[in-house]
Amino acid sequence: MLLIRCPYCEEERPEIEFRHAGEAHVARPSDIASISDEEFEAFFFIRANTRGTVYERWRHVNGCARFFNAVRDSVSDRFIMTYKAGDPKPKKLPGV
Amino acid sequence: MTKAGAKTVQEAVGAERRPALGGQDMSARGVKVAVLPPANRVSLRVPEEAVASLSRALGVALPQKPKTSAAKDGRTVFWLGPDEWFVFDEQGGDALADCGKAKGLHSAVDVSHRNVAFAVSGPGAEAAIAAGCPQDLALAAFAVGACSRTVFGKAEILLYRVSEQEFRVECWRSFSGYVFGLLGEGARDAAA
Ligand SMILES: [Zn+2]
Repeated sequence: MLLIRCPYCEEERPEIEFRHAGEAHVARPSDIASISDEEFEAFFFIRANTRGTVYERWRHVNGCARFFNAVRDSVSDRFIMTYKAGDPKPKKLPGV
Repeated sequence: MTKAGAKTVQEAVGAERRPALGGQDMSARGVKVAVLPPANRVSLRVPEEAVASLSRALGVALPQKPKTSAAKDGRTVFWLGPDEWFVFDEQGGDALADCGKAKGLHSAVDVSHRNVAFAVSGPGAEAAIAAGCPQDLALAAFAVGACSRTVFGKAEILLYRVSEQEFRVECWRSFSGYVFGLLGEGARDAAA
């Protein structure tokens, strides 16, 4: 079982307490009614789906219930780091 | 409607409270699982600036550290999340009414009848719970007074270490049959 560090619980917890919640740092348009269909498609449906380092939202659903962000390797599935929701994308990753 | 008919209707609306699994227990060598009596329970959300106000109103300081609890005069408060607490009162106190006295902004919901609580005790209690709970329950990681929302098998639970060899397990009422059954299995395995 993977151990995932929750930035709110401040410790590593078993993966089955967590739920994956899609790509992180997808900015919602400030005026969604004014954007074109193409812009809406890009915002709503198109995801980077990177091979390697990915930035994802996770939720500690059966724990503190908070959403947070995780940096993960999509090839090895290794968690590189986690940080609180609303924090900026980390500039420097540990051990990378 | 006849007189007799009216009487039948009146009798039918009488409500009877039946606690889930009321009074049941099971024992294996070194572990006892008991269904605890009903308690007063509140699900509480409080923004940072109102924490002091709610602590005063409840008579217990809301714990600020993850996985910790606070207790005073039969009332216990669990830290569940950065702005979320769970309060239960076993001595008949009305925690919801006390929250209502607080000036600070908050959300308090009475969930007394939503949950069923179990006491799991004895030298095998830790092993019995570990049968379905993936958290590290060793005393060094899950100390006396520690509490957490987590899972037990397929059900969500609140876990609280009352003493070295006693845990309180709370689950939603509709999961109580499953949780009680799996605790029993865990207790038998721990005894084996
Ligand atoms: Zn958490």
